[in-house]
Amino acid sequence: MSDTPAIELRKINKSFGPVHANKDIDLVVKKGSIHGIIGENGAGKSTLMSILYGFYAADDGDILINGEKVTISDSKAAIGMGIGMVHQHFMLVDNFSVLENVVLGAEDSALLAGGLSRARTTLKHLEDEYELRVDPDALIQDLPVGLQQRVEILKALYRSAEVLILDEPTGVLTPAEADHLFKILEVLKNEGKTVLLITHKLREIMKVTDTVSVMRRGEMVATRETAKTSMEELAELMVGRSVLLRVDKDPATPEAPVMEVENLTVTDSRGVQVVKDVSFTVRAGEIVGIAGVSGNGQSELLETLCGIRRATSGTLKINGETIDLGTSRLDAADMRAKSMGHVPEDRHRMGLINSFYEYENSILGYHRDPAYSKGVLMDLGAIKKNAVAEIEKYDIRPPNPMLKTANFSGGNQQKIVLAREIERDPEVLLVGQPTRGVDIGAIEFIHRRLVEMRDAGKGVLLVSVELDEIRALSDRVLVMFDGKIVGERGANAEEGELGLLMAGVEDNQTAAAGGAQ
Amino acid sequence: MFEVLILTLDSTVRLSTPLLLACLAGLYSERSGVVDIGLEGKMLGAAFGAGAVAYITANAWLGLMAGIAVSVALGLLHGFASITNRGNQIVSGVAINFLAAGLTALLGQTWFQQGGRTPSLPDGGRFKDVVWPFAEQIREVPFIGPLYGELISGHNLLVYSAFLAVPLTWWVLFRSRFGLRLRAVGESPAAVDTAGISVTWLRYRAVIACGILCGFAGAYLSIAQGSGFGVNMTAGKGFIALAALIFAKWRPASAMFACLLFGFLDAVSIRMQGQEIPGIGEIPVQFFQALPYILTVILLAGFIGKAIPPKAAGIPYLKERS
Amino acid sequence: MNSGQLPRWADYGLIPFLNLAAAFLVSGLVVVLIGENPLEAVKILVWGSLGYGEGIGFTLFYATNFIFTGLAVAVAFHAGLFNIGGEGQAYIGGLGVAFACLALDQYVPWYVTLPFAILGSAMMGAAWALIPGWLQATRGSHVVITTIMFNFIASSLMVYLLNNILKKPGSMQSETRTFEEGGRLPFLNDIFPSFGFGYAPVNLSLFVALGACVLVWLLIWRTKLGFEIRSFGANATAAVYAGISPVKTIVVTMLISGGLAGMMAINEIMGSQHRLLIDFVTGYGFVGIAVALMGRAHPVGIVLAAVLFGMLYQGGAELSFEMPSITRDMIIVIQGLVILFAGALEHMFRPTIVRLFTPSRALKAKEA
Repeated sequence: MSDTPAIELRKINKSFGPVHANKDIDLVVKKGSIHGIIGENGAGKSTLMSILYGFYAADDGDILINGEKVTISDSKAAIGMGIGMVHQHFMLVDNFSVLENVVLGAEDSALLAGGLSRARTTLKHLEDEYELRVDPDALIQDLPVGLQQRVEILKALYRSAEVLILDEPTGVLTPAEADHLFKILEVLKNEGKTVLLITHKLREIMKVTDTVSVMRRGEMVATRETAKTSMEELAELMVGRSVLLRVDKDPATPEAPVMEVENLTVTDSRGVQVVKDVSFTVRAGEIVGIAGVSGNGQSELLETLCGIRRATSGTLKINGETIDLGTSRLDAADMRAKSMGHVPEDRHRMGLINSFYEYENSILGYHRDPAYSKGVLMDLGAIKKNAVAEIEKYDIRPPNPMLKTANFSGGNQQKIVLAREIERDPEVLLVGQPTRGVDIGAIEFIHRRLVEMRDAGKGVLLVSVELDEIRALSDRVLVMFDGKIVGERGANAEEGELGLLMAGVEDNQTAAAGGAQ
Repeated sequence: MFEVLILTLDSTVRLSTPLLLACLAGLYSERSGVVDIGLEGKMLGAAFGAGAVAYITANAWLGLMAGIAVSVALGLLHGFASITNRGNQIVSGVAINFLAAGLTALLGQTWFQQGGRTPSLPDGGRFKDVVWPFAEQIREVPFIGPLYGELISGHNLLVYSAFLAVPLTWWVLFRSRFGLRLRAVGESPAAVDTAGISVTWLRYRAVIACGILCGFAGAYLSIAQGSGFGVNMTAGKGFIALAALIFAKWRPASAMFACLLFGFLDAVSIRMQGQEIPGIGEIPVQFFQALPYILTVILLAGFIGKAIPPKAAGIPYLKERS
Repeated sequence: MNSGQLPRWADYGLIPFLNLAAAFLVSGLVVVLIGENPLEAVKILVWGSLGYGEGIGFTLFYATNFIFTGLAVAVAFHAGLFNIGGEGQAYIGGLGVAFACLALDQYVPWYVTLPFAILGSAMMGAAWALIPGWLQATRGSHVVITTIMFNFIASSLMVYLLNNILKKPGSMQSETRTFEEGGRLPFLNDIFPSFGFGYAPVNLSLFVALGACVLVWLLIWRTKLGFEIRSFGANATAAVYAGISPVKTIVVTMLISGGLAGMMAINEIMGSQHRLLIDFVTGYGFVGIAVALMGRAHPVGIVLAAVLFGMLYQGGAELSFEMPSITRDMIIVIQGLVILFAGALEHMFRPTIVRLFTPSRALKAKEA
C-alpha cells in the first residue's frame, strides 16, 4: 500500500450566509482504510462531504486526490475521480428498476439497450465480488430500505468508485441491517477501496473504523486511531467538554395512570404494520421513555397518540375516558382538548411554521382557545402578552415575539415549542426527540423542564433515539423494536441491556438473521 | 351510414392532429418536471410566426421553421423563468399565454393591417394534402376505397408527422439515454444531479423539445389546416391538449388515443349540430365542447383510474442545504 | 431564499418596483417595435386614465373588477392554493346576480336587490369553486388543473343557458332581458355629480369591493380561520399537527375564493351591463392573478395593483384611439409582462440586490 493518501483536504472553508459551516478543515484519509468522521448534528460533516462530492463548491482550500490537487466542480467530476457517495436520503428514482438506477448517468451511449445489458453483467459481477445481492429488475419502491442502500453502493461501485462516502448510513437501518452493512464495508476495504463513514454514533465508529476524525461546530478538532481512543474521549471531543448526561432528580412518585394504551396497531399508507399490538401505561408523576433505533415505529406511535395518524385498532384511556382509536376520528385538536400536549419529533416540519412570527407560533394548535379571541377576531394583545411571558420564563432569545421564527436558533425554536406545550398545563405530555439539533445549554434546560413536569404530577411519554437521554430522564424505559415493545426496564437500566433489546436480540433472533441475508 | 362514419373519422384525424402535437409537446416538458400550461400560448405564437413567414416567403417549410422558432423562444422563456430563476411554473405559463395572445394580435395588426389576421396564404405557403398512390383509383371499392382514400390518404404532411411522433416519442422516452434521464429528472432531480447529470440542461432540452412540437402544432393550424393566422385561433386547444396529457397519464400511446377521443368529440359536435338523436332529442353542442374537460376532471378525481403526475412536476429544483 | 438578508423596504418596495419597471421597460420596447414613441404613449395612457373625470371613472370601474378577482386569487394563495378559475367562477357568479335582479327588479328598489345579488353571486361563484376544492381536499386532484377545466365547462354552460334558457324571448342576442331600475346599481356619477365621472360605468360596487378588502384583511390576519388558512398554506404538516383540518381548510378557502371571484359579476352585470350576457368576464379573472401577485396577496397591495391595471385598461383604450397602431392587445401584452416579471421572474433581481446590500453591511460591521 502506497503512502499517498487517497484524499487530503487542506484548509477547506465554506459559509452559507452568516453560517460558517466548515472552518479551515484539514483531513488526511489513508488509502484502503475505513475512516470515520464523527460529530454532532450540525457540526458540518455533511457539508464537508458534499464539497468532496462536488455538490457544493468550497469557498477556499485545496482538495488532493491521490496526491494530486484537483478541482471538483460538480458531482460528475467527483465521479470521474473515483469518488462515490451514499447519501443520507437515497438518491434513487423510486419508480425505476434497480438496473435503470444503476445505469442512470453512466449509460455508455445514446441508446439504452447496450448500457443496460452491460450493467446487468457488471452487476452480477459486483454481486459476487462484494456479496451485494439485489434483483436488478425490482422497482426501488418495492425494496426495503436496506436493499435500497445496497443499490446506492452498487451505483458507486458500477462507476468504479475507489473512495466511498457514506453519510449517516445506519440512521434508517435495523441493527441487523447495519451489521450487514459493516460487513460489506469490511469487504470493500479488503478489496482496496477507501471508505469514509460519517456518523454521530460512537458505537459504529468504534466498531468498524480504522481512523476517526472528530468535527465540532464546523471545525476539525482531532483525528485519532480508533484502536487508541475510547468512546469517552470521542464524546468529549464531540461536545467540547466532558458531558455525562445526568439530570438531578428525585425518585419518581408515580400515582394513578393518566394514559393507558391497549393493543394499539397502526398500518401505514403502504399497508405495512408499523406499530404492532402495543400496550403500556403512563402514570401521573413519571417519565416513561421509549427507546429504539429510529424507524421502529416510535414516530408512528407518537403521531397516532396525538391524533395526526389513524390507528388500525386499539384503545386509549386518557384521564379516565376511553377512546377506540380504530374507529374514532379524533384529530390533534381533539387530543389537545383532552389535555394532551405534544412536542413533535421534527420541529421544522411539524412543530413550527418558520415563516410565522414567534407570537403566532406560540399559540399554534391552541389558537381556538377562547383566551386568545375577542368574538370572531383573535385577541392579538392577549396572544402577544402570553408570548412575552413564555419568552421570559423559558429564556428564549432574542426576546422578541415579533421576530420570524426562522431567525431563532435550533435550541430557542425548541424552547418555543416546549413553552407552548408545557404552559397549557396538560395532564399528559408526549415528547419526541426533544434535544435533536439543540445546543448543550438548551439541552440541560429542556431536560430540567421535563423533570419539573413530572414532579408537578403530570405524565410524560418521551421518545428518543438517544439512549443517553432516555436513561438520564426516564423512570421506566420501554424498548421498541420492529413496531413492538420488546422489553421494559426500570430507571437504572444497563446501557448494554437496552442496546440488546433495541437490536431485537432477546425477543427475535430470527429477525436479525433474516435481515443479514 | 358508413360514409358518415368515415367522414367523421376523417375530420377526427384532422381535429386531433394539433391536439396530439401539443399533447406530446407537453409530455416532454412535464415528464422532465416542468409543468406547462403555456402550451396554448406557444401554439398561438407558432401559428402566427408560421402564418406570417409563410405569407411573406410563400414557402410552407420556412413558415414551419418560423413557427418552431417562435414556440421554442417562448419555451426558453418558460425555462428561464421556471428552471433558471426557479419561478412558479403555473404563473410563467399564464404569462406566456397572455404574451402570445397580445403580441400576435398586436404585431399582426401592425404588420398586415387586417385586424390581427395574416393575409390569405399564397400558393406554396401551405402544406397541401398528400394523395397516396391509387387513392383515386380504388375510391369505388367498397369499404377499403373510402377507408384508404379518405381516412388514410389525403392529409397533409403535418398530420402524418403528428402520428409518427407518437412511436418516436415512445422510443425516445423508453429506449434512449435522453429518455431515461428525462423520466428520472421528472421523478427525482436530486438523483439525476448526484449521478453527475445537469438537471438544468436536461430540463432545458425538454422545454426545447416541447417548443418544437408546439411549433408543429401551431403551424398546422395556420398553414396546413387553415390558410393564414387568425386572432386567437388556438381557441383553447392548448388546454384540451393539457387535459389529454393528464387523461393519457403522461404516456405517448395513451396520449394519441386521448387526443383522438377529444378530436372525435369535436367532430361529432360539429356533425351533430341541429340534429336530433332518436329518443334523446337534440344534444346541445356545448355538451360536446365541455365533455373533454368534464372527462378529465372525472379522471383527475380518481373515479376512473388515477392520474399521478411525475413526482417532481411543478417543483423547482434546489440543491438542499444539509 | 433567505428573506432575512434584505431590509423590509427592499423586499416589499425595491424588488417589486424593479420587477414592474422591467415589465414596463419591455412594454416600451414593444411600442418602439411597432414604430411609436413610448413616452408619448405613456403620456396618453396616463392622461386617458387619470387626466379627467370620465377617464378616472372608467379606471375605477375596471379596478373594481380586478379587486374582486385579485382578492379571490390572494385568499387562495394564503392557503397555498392556486385558484386559476376566477374566470369561470366570475362567469357563473353572473347567474347569481341575474337571478336576483330578474326576480326582484320590478318590485323593489336596488338597495333591496343588492344584498340578494351579493349573496347570489358569491354563492354561485363559491359553488363553482366547490368541486375543484373538494376534489383537491379529498382526492388530491390538482386544483390548478381542475379550475382550468372548470373555466371551460363554465363557458360552455353559460353559452348553453343564455342561448336556450335565459334568452329574452324573440331576441337574437344571447342575453337576458335588461333589468329594470330595481336591478341596477346607481352610477357614482349620479351620486357624486361633482366628480364628473360622466358616462363612466363606475358604480356602487366599488364600495362593495373596498368593503370586501377590509373583510378579507380581517379574515386573513385577525380571525382564527385566517390563522388556520395561513398556517395550512405555510406548512401543511404543521397545520395538521395543530389540529387544523386540511379538508375543511381547502374547501372553505376555495369557497371564499370562488365567492369573491363571483362577486365581480355585481360590478359588470348589476352595475354596468344591466343584463346577463355572453363573455362578460373577458379575462378579468386571469388578470386577478397578476393583481394578486403584484399586490403580494395583501388587500392594500391589491387595491393599488387593481388601480394600476384599471389604468392600463382605460388608458389602453384611449391609447388605441389616439394611436391606432397600438391596439387594445397592447394591454394584454403588458399584463403578460407584469405577470412574467412580478410573478414568474420575481426572484430574478434578488441575488443582485442581495449582493449590492451585503458588502456595504459587511463594511459597516467592520467599522463598528
